[in-house]
Amino acid sequence: MSMAAIATHAERSFLEAGDRKGLLGWILSTDHKRIAILYLFSMLSFFLVGMTIGVLMRLEQLTMGPTIMQPQMYNAMFTLHGVIMIFLFVIPGLPASFGNFFLPILIGAKDVAFPRLNLLSWYFFIIGAVLAVTSLFTGGGPPDTGWTFYAPYSIRTGTNVSLAVFAAFVLGFSSILTGLNFVTTIHRLRAPGMTLHRMPLFAWSLYATGWVQILATPIIAITLMLVLLERVFGIGVFDPAKGGDPVLYQHLFWIYSHPAVYIMILPAMGAITEIIPTFAHRTIFGYRFIAYSSVAIAALGSLVWAHHMFTSGISDMASLVFSLLTFLVAIPSAIKVFNWVSTLYKGSIDLQPPMLYALSFIFLFCIGGLTGVMQGALAVNVHVHDTYFIVGHFHYVMFGGTGFGFFAALLYWFPKMFGKMYNRRVATVAWFPLFIGFNVLYFTMLVLGWEGMPRRYYDHLPQYHTLHVVATVGSWFLVSGILILLGNFVVALFRGEKAEMNPWGGITLEWTIPSPPPVENFEEVPTITQSPYHFNPVVRR
Amino acid sequence: MSSPVAHVDAHEHAVHRDYGGAKIGMWLFLFTEIILFGGLFILYSAYRSKYPHEFHDAGSELNWVMGVINTVVLLTSSLSMALSITAVQKGNRRLSMLLLAVTVTLGAVFLTVKYFEWMVKIHHGLYPNGPELLKRPPGEMLFFGLYFTMTGLHGLHVIAGMVVLSIMLVLLARGRIRQDDYIKLENAGLYWHLVDVIWIFLLPLFYLAA
Amino acid sequence: MNQLAIEEEHGHVVPYATFVTVWAILLVLTMILTLVSKVFHEALSVWAMLIITPLKAGLVFYYFMHLKFEGPLLKAMVFVALSTLVVFIGMLFLDSSIQ
Repeated sequence: MSMAAIATHAERSFLEAGDRKGLLGWILSTDHKRIAILYLFSMLSFFLVGMTIGVLMRLEQLTMGPTIMQPQMYNAMFTLHGVIMIFLFVIPGLPASFGNFFLPILIGAKDVAFPRLNLLSWYFFIIGAVLAVTSLFTGGGPPDTGWTFYAPYSIRTGTNVSLAVFAAFVLGFSSILTGLNFVTTIHRLRAPGMTLHRMPLFAWSLYATGWVQILATPIIAITLMLVLLERVFGIGVFDPAKGGDPVLYQHLFWIYSHPAVYIMILPAMGAITEIIPTFAHRTIFGYRFIAYSSVAIAALGSLVWAHHMFTSGISDMASLVFSLLTFLVAIPSAIKVFNWVSTLYKGSIDLQPPMLYALSFIFLFCIGGLTGVMQGALAVNVHVHDTYFIVGHFHYVMFGGTGFGFFAALLYWFPKMFGKMYNRRVATVAWFPLFIGFNVLYFTMLVLGWEGMPRRYYDHLPQYHTLHVVATVGSWFLVSGILILLGNFVVALFRGEKAEMNPWGGITLEWTIPSPPPVENFEEVPTITQSPYHFNPVVRR
Repeated sequence: MSSPVAHVDAHEHAVHRDYGGAKIGMWLFLFTEIILFGGLFILYSAYRSKYPHEFHDAGSELNWVMGVINTVVLLTSSLSMALSITAVQKGNRRLSMLLLAVTVTLGAVFLTVKYFEWMVKIHHGLYPNGPELLKRPPGEMLFFGLYFTMTGLHGLHVIAGMVVLSIMLVLLARGRIRQDDYIKLENAGLYWHLVDVIWIFLLPLFYLAA
Repeated sequence: MNQLAIEEEHGHVVPYATFVTVWAILLVLTMILTLVSKVFHEALSVWAMLIITPLKAGLVFYYFMHLKFEGPLLKAMVFVALSTLVVFIGMLFLDSSIQ
């Protein structure tokens, strides 16, 4: 093929070019950018389903006694809400979408290390999702155990736990393959001159996350497999009647599921770390601290799992050690917050939508993190465990943290990915009901929990009624904000203005290539000679 | 370690060949297997410390001779696997294929022994929810629950390994694995060796527990 | 491609004899382990198991799986993975309620 033909091929955007036309060109593509978009659309669809279930749960709590459903249905609802949000949205989260799209670009590579494994990871994701949905309508009906599938109830319940845990098992492979791919990519495919310490911090966060995905996920795989074997063959490992110990189930479950929350938050923190320097027009404060704190969070975060089990009858020694470690893991997170805020100091702040949501992330994550530290204290934990305080806490970190981080990343990178700019005023307007509704909903939960309202309860006592109503109204504002925000993007896909190469004045590598990028990302692999956030006064084009 | 090499194939896309990267990727995958079985080892150690006598008693019901035979079989299969890689590195394709075939055969021997072991136990009602096992104390029920789970999962991995190695045999025959490109064989070998390592741990845990 | 060129591109070629020697050692270790656990009392056989078994695994990792001849990165990764498992087990046993 002639040189001219190669050049033309390279210049077509990845949205148009491809080995095959139409749908097949997408679902058979090993281009990391296409896979990222496949993930993005599927994940957001599942998010909307999970969100709808959440709305329905809040509607049920609008009155005491039955409102729109019976107790069994409510149990199924909170189980599904958790399973969908956690396994189909937050865990794949930023790595599967923005990580897949931007990691190779940020390090100057043409794709990830294993493009076909990348596509396979998406197939596992879809298969797992289909299996999870199937469990709703088959067997004994949707699981009612909570997303935590605690033994012995998960062994004994007649609902379709078997298929649901098998679905989660399959989804685990998706996560593992993504992590494996990213770790290898970062080691092998960095552009010439890009030492590890010249790598953008989003890449560092994906690296730390990748290790957690590789080392923690197999534990949930075996644990869920054991639940399945227990249900089908009665092997006895979690069955007290056969000498099994349900607390051992909890240990195994949380050995994964606690590090899983760091899979959820680290990439979001990484995205925020990309956004803040761009809109403060200053280099990041404390690059090495942020890089190493990601690794520290991953490492320390793998050692705190039993703080979910303080009231399960674990030994005093275990309680003390895990409580101490839980306090320690807050430190590297706090370091990041300090560094973000320090980056803002004396910066030239441009409150574009990505920045607005990124700043919100910092605020909401702080509340989530602080409530987490509170829960790490043994004396407090005894009172708040299994109450709405916990529910409020994890929504602040997972939604206020990862969720807002996800939105911020989407607002930041959408123009690059799709070559269209969304309506920025609408995005800003959406923030108001989103942010206010979020806090009305979840801060109220913190209060409810503090006052003793248990979680996963279908009904509530009169003294909690007012706050439940307040929370539910908050959920309506929150959802309207989300719908406006997401709807804005959909409109932009079809009618948005063409986006420039660098609408925000960013200086990492993705802003040096066209919007949307060509198939091979770079015409010429760049040579890196300086750190990633070297801001001179930049004129935003 | 050599850096990635790109060359252009018929479709004008850079075909990415990275020996070092492929090896790293394989090891990372092996880590997931180590942790997967590790979870079961965690359970075993917890229950062993809880029911030491029952584990001892139940362990004496397993045929240690079969366990040792199977250990020798797998260790030898690891040898033949490793030798087959040296052979391909030296350009001796025939020898490499022969050694690979030996490896697969030894895997089949392992599975055969395992099959008979399992059948004996099942015949005697000593399986999860089996009539004889349900009469035993809880610790013994757990021992056998773990025995079938762990050797069963291991057996599945042996089968998977044999399938992969058979595919490698075909690739060797067709020249797709060669003296200057044998990373697939090496990676398949890594998998097989890990299957051997897991058995190295299973032997004392179950067969020499008595 | 000659031996030196192969080694530069793909790393070290391990001689057949090395593998056979390692295999022989593994068999001997297995025999010792079996002997000790069958003949001697509980405590000694537990020690034998705790020492010999990781040793056997180590030999397979180092020679059969080529780890001895790999670079520091791969060695570090293996160390991280194995340490993680050890730490999980160790910290689990902090909880005496499971025993």
